[in-house]
Amino acid sequence: MMFVIVFGASFLAYNLQAFSSNPLSVFGESTEINKDFLKTKMIRDLQLDVPPPIRYFSWLRGIVAGLWGDFDMGVTRGNIPVTEVLAQAIPVTIKLVITATFLAIIFGISVGMITAIRQYSRFDYVMTFASFLLFSLPIFWVAVLLKEFMAIQFNDFLVDPKIPPLTIVTTSLILGFIMAGFAGGTRKQFLSVLAGGAVIAGSLLTFMSATNWFINPALGIFGVTLLSLCGAAIAIQLISGLDSNKGRIAGFATAIAVAILYYPLQSLMTETASILNVLAVFAITISAGVGIGYLVSSIDRRVYIRVGIFTALISTVPIIVDRFMSEFSEYMNSDAVGGRPIPTLGQANDLLTPEQLGNFWINGLDTVVHLVLPTLALTLISFAGYVRFSRGSLLEVLNMDYIRTARAKGLSERTVIVRHGMRNAMLPLTTILVNDFAGLLGGAIITEGVFAWKGMGQLFNDALRGYDMNLFMGVFVLSAILTVTANFVADLLYGVVDPRIRIRN
Amino acid sequence: MKDNNVDLDSSSGDDESQIIDRETEGLSQRQIIIKRFIKHKAAMASVITLISIILIVFTATGIRIGFGSFSFRLPGWWPYSISDIDPEGAVASMCNGGVTGCPTLDLAPSFLDGDGVKFGSHPFGTDAIGTDYFSLVTRGAQQSIMVMVIVSFLGILIGTIVGAIAGFFGGIVDSILMRLTDMFLVTPTIVVGAVIGFKFGNLGIVPLALMLGFFAWMGLARFVRTEFLTLREREFVDAARVAGASDRRIIFKHILPNAVGIIVVVGTLLMSGAILAETSLSYLGFGVRAPDVSLGLLISQYQGSFGISPWLFWWPGALIVSIALCVNFIGDGLRDAFDPRQRRHISNKERKLAKEMNRVKA
Repeated sequence: MMFVIVFGASFLAYNLQAFSSNPLSVFGESTEINKDFLKTKMIRDLQLDVPPPIRYFSWLRGIVAGLWGDFDMGVTRGNIPVTEVLAQAIPVTIKLVITATFLAIIFGISVGMITAIRQYSRFDYVMTFASFLLFSLPIFWVAVLLKEFMAIQFNDFLVDPKIPPLTIVTTSLILGFIMAGFAGGTRKQFLSVLAGGAVIAGSLLTFMSATNWFINPALGIFGVTLLSLCGAAIAIQLISGLDSNKGRIAGFATAIAVAILYYPLQSLMTETASILNVLAVFAITISAGVGIGYLVSSIDRRVYIRVGIFTALISTVPIIVDRFMSEFSEYMNSDAVGGRPIPTLGQANDLLTPEQLGNFWINGLDTVVHLVLPTLALTLISFAGYVRFSRGSLLEVLNMDYIRTARAKGLSERTVIVRHGMRNAMLPLTTILVNDFAGLLGGAIITEGVFAWKGMGQLFNDALRGYDMNLFMGVFVLSAILTVTANFVADLLYGVVDPRIRIRN
Repeated sequence: MKDNNVDLDSSSGDDESQIIDRETEGLSQRQIIIKRFIKHKAAMASVITLISIILIVFTATGIRIGFGSFSFRLPGWWPYSISDIDPEGAVASMCNGGVTGCPTLDLAPSFLDGDGVKFGSHPFGTDAIGTDYFSLVTRGAQQSIMVMVIVSFLGILIGTIVGAIAGFFGGIVDSILMRLTDMFLVTPTIVVGAVIGFKFGNLGIVPLALMLGFFAWMGLARFVRTEFLTLREREFVDAARVAGASDRRIIFKHILPNAVGIIVVVGTLLMSGAILAETSLSYLGFGVRAPDVSLGLLISQYQGSFGISPWLFWWPGALIVSIALCVNFIGDGLRDAFDPRQRRHISNKERKLAKEMNRVKA
């Protein structure tokens, strides 16, 4: 069935493209002497004298030949095999899309679920409005704004990184509001969290401004410990609940263990490190988490081990980030960057020396700064969809009878929401997630164009403008296959996570 | 209403249902929906904003009716058109040390900046050569709104028909139609749009919108099909069939009115999607082409001058966002209105009022 759909869609697309484009139009105003010769040559090369529906099958022959190992997607107008061009473009698009999708999913779902739990609160209203606003933004417009404010003006700001007092006040108030919104509660509690959060954020910003933190960023042992403890609190609350004694011990002990490991782990993260070293760091901290989870518990070990693992995962991130930050000033002051770290275009800095490229951390930083703007743009846009969807999904679940049963039998509100509510609300989300991921691979056309990334979207754009039929079909078939496969996987996955579906079929 | 007076002084949960019951007492389904929609403040504000945007945009620069040489223009009230150039006006509104064509619009009242509220000759400014930007932006917005209406109309029409037939008849018809839908669905909208726009973009906005509309119905078709699948099993359909109603009558008179909610809601999503799709296409150069204008094209033309004359970038963007935002809020209001399970937020004031009324009754 999948093949029929891809076949039909590719036939449709081929003819659409063939009938709507006229490669010979480039000769329209040409005054070259050998115009007629070139015209005949192009007609022969591109088989323009064959009607498109029939020409489609000559293209399809190469694909079907894949069955006996003779796969051929044809060559581009520049005489490079399409498969080769695609193989270069796919990793670029994946790199671009993967972070944005993960960030959008994590933030979107958590904000969406919190707005559902605190339905009709101030936080809910503000986030609903914000998500509608983000939903209505054209991505190319956001991209231009980000280039202006996040790149050009931020780079200007780095020359003398002092934050004006008014900015500190407004930013900390906004952050305070977000924190208070997450915390909820009565009006008094809300205001006190808002005030507390704003004061903390304000003093942090003042500190950062005073110590030129933005030029020499670092978390240090203090920052790492603090963030680890916060991560532990989240992990405990989600998995065992903060009122569980052993859960608390497992989580916070893991966080402290990871913080203690901060100095020893630095020896693993040398300049010649690779992705394997980073994985090794994670392996060490996670095994510490498993060990602590195992030691503190006697029954229900899996829960506490999960707390340990989750805490270790969250609290290792600050250590890695801290290591990247320590190279930031070297990266920023290098000749290639020249003190303006956030670029508005491109996917990598071509001016970096081989020596710098060999340094895992500097190379990583280069990727990160190039990813900042497109990732932000993509995240902002898709974030809104996840907020709306997860909010609606959780609200629907919370109205179910089994939630009332769970409350009636005296379970704590946390258990009701996390175990009975969120888990069921995640079910319809799986379908959306899988589909979105497939869609994004073919769909970052505008983002890639605005930020000059040479991925799938750019290929498509080139193919369309250059009347490159083989390239066009290559990009199209790949994204069509991905979408169809994603649909299929989503159906399978849905059966796995939701037993009701399995029984019904 | 049942004898609610029995449990007068009950918990707040019963209060809520009482308040809602009282609101809907003696009203038909349609009246309830309209009443709920009117109560949705954000949606009502959006309706008003959207209507005023449409009125301003379509009357200001006038519209061209008809095709090619058979067309005539209805003039608008705005003195400039998109081809009028007013270099003196642009120079007259200089600001920031010699940047020409600054917006003359000033909404800050006189006690804030001393100049008072005024519109001036070029409220949205002009571009570098002196073309009035208000006329460019209103013309662009006309195009975007036209695309929005045509695409969503076609999308709703085709989507409803395909979904209704597939869901109602089921079996082989359903599988064929749904595979067809999947076929269209795996083709990303922007890809189809780009291919179509490449060919039809220079013909003007209406052919482009028509072609886009032919590729915009798939999502709605799926929703309508699901709705029909559940609705056709209901008793009232059996009753109609026993009474001898034809298939067509059952579809249009009995099932479709019950599926209007989902159609309207998905239709508004289609509208905001269409306006973003058109602007994106024009931005990429596959949609409306110069010398005609569209909001996306304006942004793409003037994005380079953001540093010097940012208004050239702000106005079209602000218009896209406000139109899409209004449509989204209206869609949200409609969803709330059509969803009978929707629990509306009951304010403390209403709760107090209900208690008061109960006491009076007792």
